[in-house]
Amino acid sequence: MDFLLSFLNSLPGAFGQGLAWGIMAVGVYITYRILDVADLTVDGSLATGGAVCALGITMGLNPWLSLVLAILAGMLSGLVTGLFHTLCGIPAILSGILTQLALYSVNLRIMAIGSGASTKATLAVSVDKQDLLLSSRYIREMSLRNPLLLLVVLTAVVIAVLYWFFGTELGCSLRATGANPNMARAQGINTNTAKVLGLVVSNGLVALSGGLLAQYQGSATVDMGRGAIVIGLAAVIIGEVLLGKVFINFALKLLAAIIGAIIYYVVITLVLRLGLESTDLKLLTAVVVAIFLTIPYWKGKYFSRSLTRGGTGNA
Amino acid sequence: MLELKQIYKTFNPGTINEKRALNGVSLTLDDGDFVTVIGGNGAGKSTLLNAMAGTFPVDGGTISIDGIDVTRLPEHKRAKYIGRVFQDPMMGTAATMQIEENLALAARRGQRRGLKAGITAKERKEYQELLKILDLGLEDRLTAKVGLLSGGQRQALTLLMASLVKPKLLLLDEHTAALDPKTAAKVLDATEKIVQRDRLTTLMITHNMRDAIAHGNRLIMMYEGRVAVDVSGEEKKNLTVEQLLSLFSKASGSDEADDKLLLG
Repeated sequence: MDFLLSFLNSLPGAFGQGLAWGIMAVGVYITYRILDVADLTVDGSLATGGAVCALGITMGLNPWLSLVLAILAGMLSGLVTGLFHTLCGIPAILSGILTQLALYSVNLRIMAIGSGASTKATLAVSVDKQDLLLSSRYIREMSLRNPLLLLVVLTAVVIAVLYWFFGTELGCSLRATGANPNMARAQGINTNTAKVLGLVVSNGLVALSGGLLAQYQGSATVDMGRGAIVIGLAAVIIGEVLLGKVFINFALKLLAAIIGAIIYYVVITLVLRLGLESTDLKLLTAVVVAIFLTIPYWKGKYFSRSLTRGGTGNA
Repeated sequence: MLELKQIYKTFNPGTINEKRALNGVSLTLDDGDFVTVIGGNGAGKSTLLNAMAGTFPVDGGTISIDGIDVTRLPEHKRAKYIGRVFQDPMMGTAATMQIEENLALAARRGQRRGLKAGITAKERKEYQELLKILDLGLEDRLTAKVGLLSGGQRQALTLLMASLVKPKLLLLDEHTAALDPKTAAKVLDATEKIVQRDRLTTLMITHNMRDAIAHGNRLIMMYEGRVAVDVSGEEKKNLTVEQLLSLFSKASGSDEADDKLLLG
């Protein structure tokens, strides 16, 4: 009974984390699912978003403005990865790794700005001293300052904007690039531009998520993004496996990634309550993602023959 | 008008796999020409089409369409002038997108893509009408994912997409080769219909000599990266497979190539 109570007690926190990370998962969905690129920049750009946002707030900027600056910083990181890939011809995965590595140094510098030190690994913000948009402190409060409220609204706005964007001519050219680059070029789409744009949008969202997380947990740290790509993938894949059959509409597919992130954090909370150390989580996450990636592959490899036999032929 | 002057292309230069695919090809097409292209494996047919489409840069020579030098233009910019259908039915369409979305992408070929709607209600009606020409029942399946279609349906759709914005040049790279004979005939019929309707300047690679003779107003045969035979007008109309074979033997200076040509 105690166990159940303490688990239930920590559920709002899991939802808060899940929603904040969910926006990052949507960013990962754009690169991984729509553009068909595994973008590893996110481990760095999440922390960049957190660092820029925290810096803005400690310097007395409006928290909304700080969040916008965080998004811009994330977009810039995506641009760098995109140019590595398209202009320099570096494979997409390696481009992301390079940017991510570089961002580690950059993030340490960003957080040190104005502090006198040359580098800084943590930058704290406090809801007592500064004007924050959200804080995990009020997660169980029934009031307007409960962070879940803002996170739900922001999530809805993000999904609505992306739904609109991917329905435009430009958005369609991005989807075509991911679906079939040969066809896209034959239809006059500059696939390099499309890839760069996708990486820019994606990392903007990831940095937004980082900015929200920094406020939510009260600090930005240089390693807050470590393993972010795997968490994002976990959220995307969990969402697809559980909801893929019913969520056909594009907006719902994005929502599935958010729900996937929430489920991920609920499960994490559960296993932590069961006695696992928080340092074991990376291992657990990696295993979960590996399993969920294996299932569809094995399904296709070993069970597809019975389905295609007696099919419609190729006429 | 399409003009190729002295086009050279060598793949893997300086390696053991070096392959001179185009060896100084020159070719001029008049507006409305429908040219069928035949030749054995490795004769340079596909390389020729891909060179025109800009899939890779050529080593030498110039390509111009309607007087515009496109030799240095990247593939996506040349797409403004060129419609293409590939041999592989998977290549020409986006499987995870709907039929109408694929068409809408093709309808914007050569235009700037901005933040306007990717597809409008008016377009949907037009596409429904256009799909009827294919006679494959696709007009009732506008929102179906293209991945659900058969190879023949996908080729027919690709053909429609290639001609949706009237191209200055239509490139068909053995676009019926991967289909069963019945479907191939249907797609070829649709090709003929669309080419005639819009009077499109067309290059069609085929490995079927009868198709090559039956379609188009001009026939070229490639051999070792060059145009070996070029027949048009009355001569093309009265051509037989036997004549074609002897023409080829004369051009290549050997009889051995006959089998290779027929089988290729």
